[in-house]
Amino acid sequence: MEYGQWWQSLHRTMLRGVLGKTFRLVGYTIQYGCIAHCAFEYVGGVVMCSGPSMEPTIQNSDIVFAENLSRHFYGIQRGDIVIAKSPSDPKSNICKRVIGLEGDKILSSSPSVFFKSHSYVPTGHVWLEGDNLQNSTDSRYYGPVPYGLIRGRIFFKIWPLSDFGFLRDSPNGHRFSDD
Amino acid sequence: MALSQGWVKRYFKAFCKGFFVAVPVAVTFLDRVACVARVEGASMQPSLNPGGSQSSDVVLLNHWKVRNFEVQRGDIVSLVSPKNPEQKIIKRVIALEGDIVKTMGHKNRYVKVPRGHIWVEGDHHGHSFDSNSFGPVSLGLLHGHATHILWPPERWQKLESVLPPERLPIQSEEDCLHGSP
Repeated sequence: MEYGQWWQSLHRTMLRGVLGKTFRLVGYTIQYGCIAHCAFEYVGGVVMCSGPSMEPTIQNSDIVFAENLSRHFYGIQRGDIVIAKSPSDPKSNICKRVIGLEGDKILSSSPSVFFKSHSYVPTGHVWLEGDNLQNSTDSRYYGPVPYGLIRGRIFFKIWPLSDFGFLRDSPNGHRFSDD
Repeated sequence: MALSQGWVKRYFKAFCKGFFVAVPVAVTFLDRVACVARVEGASMQPSLNPGGSQSSDVVLLNHWKVRNFEVQRGDIVSLVSPKNPEQKIIKRVIALEGDIVKTMGHKNRYVKVPRGHIWVEGDHHGHSFDSNSFGPVSLGLLHGHATHILWPPERWQKLESVLPPERLPIQSEEDCLHGSP
């Protein structure tokens, strides 16, 4: 009888202690998860890039800092490097440079073609191209990208340390026409 | 004097603690789980806003359901407008990737929906700015799935995912896979 009571009271305090701790842990996880969501969604975060399409500006496995304020205030400009959701796969992200904004005149065929075709970037869209033009699937392949797919703007490289600092302009010497 | 100062400090501390917990949790909930929105315009009549500008419906938008970009034909969804990123539009999903759609007023008569895109239309044809104007939209622009009408109270209902029979795709991805005639 005594043993049963002792066991019961031990169970109760242990359970209450463990349960209380679990609830507190869950509470903290939710709280910090929400703060992390708000930070990345509305301020910015660290991103690792993979792929060769932005060489030499960003190499494979570089770590960069992206800010998400510009896209909320519609302040993305020509020459900015942006992260966007891929138009053909919404679960993956692409990292390209903005070559043209809505209304700009864009050379939409490769320069080697004899007959160059120009087109205008439609309203609400941007034209993206990687810095490594030979090895980049970008707007030249899938067309202009809606502005709503842009997630953030990359402006600072953190890793490798040999390349630490603000990102360079496009090596392709784009003529940013203001048509 | 000392007592009242202590009270103010404690109140301030409690307020800050509550604020930094409540605001991120609320914002994350509204961004990731669900939110409500008022529908404006006549492009989804008679399903939404049948009374025109007299009374606007308020719908419940479920973000959690579309977190993996899974939608079905007939769902009413909200998305970021491809023509104006500051605006959200609410339309019905008519076709998924791989389907061939017979368009109404688009420059091409038949369109095959590319990978990662959907075809959306308003129920009120002719009064709707939808895929017939701007073509297939990327799934990345998906914002939420409208599941219920919350206001006005006499219009409380669950929104059904029903595809109007005249808007069925000509050929769907499943047909292709199973080798239909």
